[in-house]
Amino acid sequence: MSEQTETTVKITIDGTEVEARDGELVIAAAERAGTYIPRFCWHPRMSPVGMCRMCIVEIDTGRGPALQPSCMIPVSEGMTVTTDSEVTKKAQDGVLEFLLANHPLDCPVCDKGGECPLQDQAYAYGPGESRFVEEKRHFEKPIPISDLVALDRERCILCDRCTRFSKEVAGDTLIHFIDRGNQTQVNTFPDHPFASYFSGNTVQICPVGALTAEPYRFKARPWDLDQVESTCTSCSVGCRVVVQASRNEVLRKQGVDIDGVNWGWLCDKGRFDFQSIHADTRLAEPMVRSDDAHARTSWADALDRSAAAITAALESSGPAGIGVIGGARLTNESAYAWAKLAKGVIGTDNVDCQLGDGLPAEAVLGLPRATIDDVCTPGGTILLVGVDPKDELPVLYLRLRHAIVEDGATLVELVPHATGLTELAAQTLAYAPGTAADVARSLVSAAPVAAGGLEADTIAAAKAALGDGPVRVILGRGNLADSADVIAAAAGHLVGGVDDIAFLSGLRRGNVHGALDAGLAPGVLPGRVSLDDGRQWFHEHWSTVPGARGLDTRGTLQAAADGKLDVLVLLGADPLSDFPDTDLATRALAGARTVIAVDTLQTASVAQADIVLPAAGDAEVAGTTTNLEGRVSRLDQKVTAPGTARPDWVIAAELAFRLGDDLGLESVDDVFAELATVAASHRGLTADAIGVDGVVVPLPVAEEAPAEPAAGTESDVDPEAAEAQADAEAEDTDGSEAEAAPAPGPAVPGGIRFEAPPVSVPQIDGYKLRLVTTRKLYDEGAATAASPSLSKLAPGAAVLLHPHDFDRLGVTSGSQVSISNREGGRGSLTVPVQVSDGVPRGAALLHYLQPGGHASALISSDTVVTDVRVEVVK
Amino acid sequence: MSDTGKTIPQMITGRFQYDDSHTIERYRATDGYAALRKALDMGPEAVHNEVKAASLLGRGGAGFPAGVKWGFCPPGVWPRYIVVNGDESEPGTYKDRLLMERDPHQLIEGVLIAAYAVGCAQAFLYVRGEMAHAQERIAAALNEAYAAGLVGKNILGSNFSCDVILHWGAGAYIVGEETALIESLEGNRGMPRLKPPYFPAAKGLYMQPTIVNNVETLANLPWIIRNGAEAYTSFGAENSRGTRMFAVSGHVKKPGVYEVEFGTTTFRDLIYGVCGGIRGSHTLKAFIPGGASAPWFYEEHLDLPLEAGAVGNAGSMLGSGAVVVMDDTTDAVKAAWRVVRFFARESCGKCTPCREGTSWLEKIMRRMLDGHGRPEDIALLLDLCDNISPQITWPPKQTTICPLGPSAVSPIASAVMRFKDEFQAYCGGGDIPTSVTIGGKAYLPPEGAPAGV
Amino acid sequence: MPRFTAENTILAKEIIGRYPLPKSALIPLLHLAQEQDGHVTEAAMEHIAELCGVTPAEVLGTCSFYEMFKLEPVGKYLINVCTNISCMLLGGEELLHHLEESLDIRPGSTTADGMFTLEDVECIAACTEAPCLTVNYRYFHQISHDEADKLLDDLRAGRRAHEVPVHGVLGKVRQQIPLERRAGAAVPGECETPVWLATSDATEGAGA
Ligand SMILES: Cc1cc2nc3c(=O)[nH]c(=O)nc-3n(C[C@H](O)[C@H](O)[C@H](O)COP(=O)(O)O)c2cc1C
Ligand code: SF4
Ligand code: FES
Repeated sequence: MSEQTETTVKITIDGTEVEARDGELVIAAAERAGTYIPRFCWHPRMSPVGMCRMCIVEIDTGRGPALQPSCMIPVSEGMTVTTDSEVTKKAQDGVLEFLLANHPLDCPVCDKGGECPLQDQAYAYGPGESRFVEEKRHFEKPIPISDLVALDRERCILCDRCTRFSKEVAGDTLIHFIDRGNQTQVNTFPDHPFASYFSGNTVQICPVGALTAEPYRFKARPWDLDQVESTCTSCSVGCRVVVQASRNEVLRKQGVDIDGVNWGWLCDKGRFDFQSIHADTRLAEPMVRSDDAHARTSWADALDRSAAAITAALESSGPAGIGVIGGARLTNESAYAWAKLAKGVIGTDNVDCQLGDGLPAEAVLGLPRATIDDVCTPGGTILLVGVDPKDELPVLYLRLRHAIVEDGATLVELVPHATGLTELAAQTLAYAPGTAADVARSLVSAAPVAAGGLEADTIAAAKAALGDGPVRVILGRGNLADSADVIAAAAGHLVGGVDDIAFLSGLRRGNVHGALDAGLAPGVLPGRVSLDDGRQWFHEHWSTVPGARGLDTRGTLQAAADGKLDVLVLLGADPLSDFPDTDLATRALAGARTVIAVDTLQTASVAQADIVLPAAGDAEVAGTTTNLEGRVSRLDQKVTAPGTARPDWVIAAELAFRLGDDLGLESVDDVFAELATVAASHRGLTADAIGVDGVVVPLPVAEEAPAEPAAGTESDVDPEAAEAQADAEAEDTDGSEAEAAPAPGPAVPGGIRFEAPPVSVPQIDGYKLRLVTTRKLYDEGAATAASPSLSKLAPGAAVLLHPHDFDRLGVTSGSQVSISNREGGRGSLTVPVQVSDGVPRGAALLHYLQPGGHASALISSDTVVTDVRVEVVK
Repeated sequence: MSDTGKTIPQMITGRFQYDDSHTIERYRATDGYAALRKALDMGPEAVHNEVKAASLLGRGGAGFPAGVKWGFCPPGVWPRYIVVNGDESEPGTYKDRLLMERDPHQLIEGVLIAAYAVGCAQAFLYVRGEMAHAQERIAAALNEAYAAGLVGKNILGSNFSCDVILHWGAGAYIVGEETALIESLEGNRGMPRLKPPYFPAAKGLYMQPTIVNNVETLANLPWIIRNGAEAYTSFGAENSRGTRMFAVSGHVKKPGVYEVEFGTTTFRDLIYGVCGGIRGSHTLKAFIPGGASAPWFYEEHLDLPLEAGAVGNAGSMLGSGAVVVMDDTTDAVKAAWRVVRFFARESCGKCTPCREGTSWLEKIMRRMLDGHGRPEDIALLLDLCDNISPQITWPPKQTTICPLGPSAVSPIASAVMRFKDEFQAYCGGGDIPTSVTIGGKAYLPPEGAPAGV
Repeated sequence: MPRFTAENTILAKEIIGRYPLPKSALIPLLHLAQEQDGHVTEAAMEHIAELCGVTPAEVLGTCSFYEMFKLEPVGKYLINVCTNISCMLLGGEELLHHLEESLDIRPGSTTADGMFTLEDVECIAACTEAPCLTVNYRYFHQISHDEADKLLDDLRAGRRAHEVPVHGVLGKVRQQIPLERRAGAAVPGECETPVWLATSDATEGAGA
């Protein structure tokens, strides 16, 4: 499908000669040439099956015209295609009549009514009055095939789209054709529901109303809906979507097909968590704490109090007395506005958009970068580090799966436990907690040695599978109980050890990459530039620039816990749930003098805040977002925020004003324009450049342009040089004036130096197990928890052990055990235990943020690894 | 039987006379496995050439020359497989079951000769699921053959090695279609693949080059190799060499399965000679010359030879060697309905026109037989036929992937065109619509005679 | 519900080993399950899925395509009467109706005592022996109504046990491939030119 040679052939469609891509199918060639051939089973992203026969047309390849399914026949030079002849029309009408013969006449009550290809065809081509007077086929009306999807087999026209999707695209063949001939039906195996992360796609591609989604069923009629195109921010893949709403309520999200990213697919979380937009836990009005309760107040009051707290902090402790954590929920514009407020007005560098669950900014911004397409190159080699894309970046998982299964890419895994891709991997190195770096070092060494609990020859086999060609790495955090340095150090060994290597970030939070680009991390400034390299330049644009590198989230929380922080701003952050060390987070919220929460939903942390500023969220704000490959794409507004909730950038501007400054940002467009001017990585970016598909930044810069922004190639840029250059540039231009024009223009400093941190992993006491904590797609995260259809899908907390450790413990699967980290001064949980050979020996896997036990209660963020005791509860 | 008076050898049914024809002892005592030995001496290419020279036509229905088909395997692509089509399910067809039950070693020897010539590393003998006895006989024969060093590793001490795996279906006519057979052998639902691109010889089992041959086709190989192509081609007609098995069923005095000279024998020889004519004092009404899918023949076709070309030109097909004879007591509408019901029940369900169309046709005809026919039903039947098989021609055009759907059209077109009055009796009138063109030669009345006689 | 017995599990694995790819063993294994339990149980399908490395849904998809596989229990004796054209011409329908009366059931149903299931089936390849039927796929050619009733009595009385095994049992002889005689499965991607072609003077030409 995806790979088409660009040579073209000439074919004739209904008398007019057109150019077609060699190897392209007639149905596709015709469509590009403006001739729509009706179809039901064909889908451009799946292999053709020629089942419905609706697309039959007369095709003549020299042996005379013959009726052929245009979805199965590739074009060939000189071919003539006739779509409008009597013969063709009769045949197509015939097929349509056959399809309608057993199809119920319940369009008025069908979800698909009004947007149903079968209905449309029936009007457009149909014979009208049915000649079918016999008894129609009967099946039990809609049956649930999963928690999210129901199936009406009477409406099904057996196009094989859902079943093909489940097998071919998602790789979980849980629905299938059952029975034969006229009795054929789609169904699941008894008691094996269609529990797929991707089930919603089958509803979207069903050409009739046979598959319906529980969150949408009977909610609206297509003609009541109006929609905008936007981008999904449920994770950092950044799938394109249409957001459909009626009466200011978002009712449905559908995937949009763009080549670079999602190919039309969405995961069920991204598709259905719009329910959280209208959750009753949404924050609609500003609130302040009086005694122990929150009391509603005015924006003026809430903002005055916030500004006052910040001013007081500045007076008593200076900028270091203020910390801002979070920001991955924000649009690029809001992220920049907040970066400008925090670093350019307040002057603090205690700013971090990650909550100790990500990777050092330098690792993400400083390593050579790869796009999704780079990673999925046919025949390429992929090294997956840390993250399980199926659970954390679902649609990236679909792209990877396609690359491996259809396009012959090779996958090697360096992961804390077996992933959703393990069965497709050439080699999987499931490393013992804390040892990713050791294994990476061994992997790239000339003669691999045993490391991380893995045999030397296992690692050697993985090295062989990697080959010596280009390697594209997906770098994610993986184990949240390991310090982030573990993966960073591993990355260090990889860049050092492989010649042609590039990295795709595996960080999952919605717009974390946009926030990093905007400078919401310690030691960096907007545009992927280090504090030192960019100081000069930003002095030109901002009132101030932090003097020295500040604290990351962990440091900030520690400072707060130690009573050294006056103001803690939670920028869409819920450390009590999201920071992998609940104990520290709890002490921090108690220790900070003033906690200001800017958020959309009522969370555990918001409940602790002194001042609550309600923000407008998904589908309520316009702007741009940035995905994990650095693709900037548009977000569009469809509904208005509840109550008086405001966009985050407006809140930043208001605060700046009350702090006696002025961000100089009047509109989203202002912010965008400023970002495109001052940020090296976004230089010259325009709405046009973004277009529909979005665009990966930095934009390719014309040769003569002085400073190439960091594309990792400059990860070893010499700071002096860069600064000197920055000075030079700063001389001859007034940056603030410069408008968003592509290079040449003011040279903006760029370059982030990535230095791998040292890690040393302590010995483990033989009676303990080392904790592995990774994420499942569904957990108690704010958006999921606030989406009724999804909240029930979280699997729940359970300890998974390697068979060896499981046997040693002498328990039965499912029995309750206690898992604790008392020596580490942390808590203990009682959860069921299960056996899994995907877990390394000596490790205990406990998924993050699951109902029934939050792993974060056990994790000590001040150590490289977390060791726990797992004991049978008597 | 042929007018030349020369005696026609029972090339493939010769051993049927013995009660122990299925044992290796009897087989060996009657030249068994001599051909395999000879083949191993000749070498693969020589064997292949011999089969080409014999111009052995496929007996499964399509009648394609076996030797030529073997040549379609793309060079240098390994492994190649051979799959024996023993799914015999075409109504009226009854010959492969006999060959498998009565002379399993002959088939095994044939398979090995083909595998040797083509270079197939493994053979699968796909027997129709319902044929428990055939499965038993073949299993026993294979066990004997393995023990005797005739199958498996280093056959007869040569460097030719090939396992023959007995496999059986589970009840689905469509699996007889070669690509469906392959799907089924892969463990899938037996749904035909679209061709092109998937001709089995190029992309078959597991997308590897695969030879699919019918049981009877392969059963001919031992004789051909033993006696040579020249001897073989001295029997039969120009492009129909050797002998062929025909199952004659229905209203004849002596129904049975007969091996007769191919291409020279006529339907009259077969029905009135070999089978002793129409039962009792009845007369011929119609006969199906080549399995349920074939358009019907009548009196005027009796003198056609049993030869693919001749039958094809007359507008039907020799198909799978199944001749079904109907006398004047036969209810044409009911007979046609039986055949249509068969295809409706056996549709794999992949193509809309077949899945929906054949069962719609079946429902209409059953309604007619139940006494609820409507005058418009004749027109409706034919128009639906036209939507499954445009212009109702022969050979059929199709809106479907495989010929099964269109196969349901021929009995209806045959019966309606020839016995219109019987349909009208069930429908209280009605007529053949001018809107649909009927192109099939056999459907049209003989020169002179008006339609509906 | 039963999975494969230990003994049948071993046999199942041996059968899988005969094929280049495990999924090809699906139909043989479904037959084995039906032989073991009289019909194909859900547990058996789940077990087969494990053995062949596919999902239970895929096993059901294949199983339900073929009419010989019964997902519900059927009688000890499955009587299939052919009513397709050749048999219809010579009394197949009458034979079916006669048996409906003798057994007092409609086609597709099972007698109260669980002894017989009656089916109205398509051509069973005995056309020249019409009218005919099979019991558990054993043929009875040119059978008169009286002979049919006699057959029922014999089956009830167990007098035909030697010819007609219980439902589920097909061929009573199994193929045995002695290890030392085994040529082995030809797995795609693991085969070169067969030696007998390579060594024959006709390497390229042969079969190509
Ligand atoms: C619907 C359909 C059913 C078929 N059934 C059979 C069958 O039962 N036995 C058979 O040998 N060929 C059958 N064929 C023909 C096969 O597709 C194939 O042509 C044949 O097995 C090739 O072997 P041959 O060349 O030796 O005849 C059928 C074809 C179609 C379209
Ligand atoms: S024509 Fe009928 S039997 Fe043949 S593939 Fe299509 S649906 Fe299946
Ligand atoms: S779209 Fe081509 S057959 Fe369905």
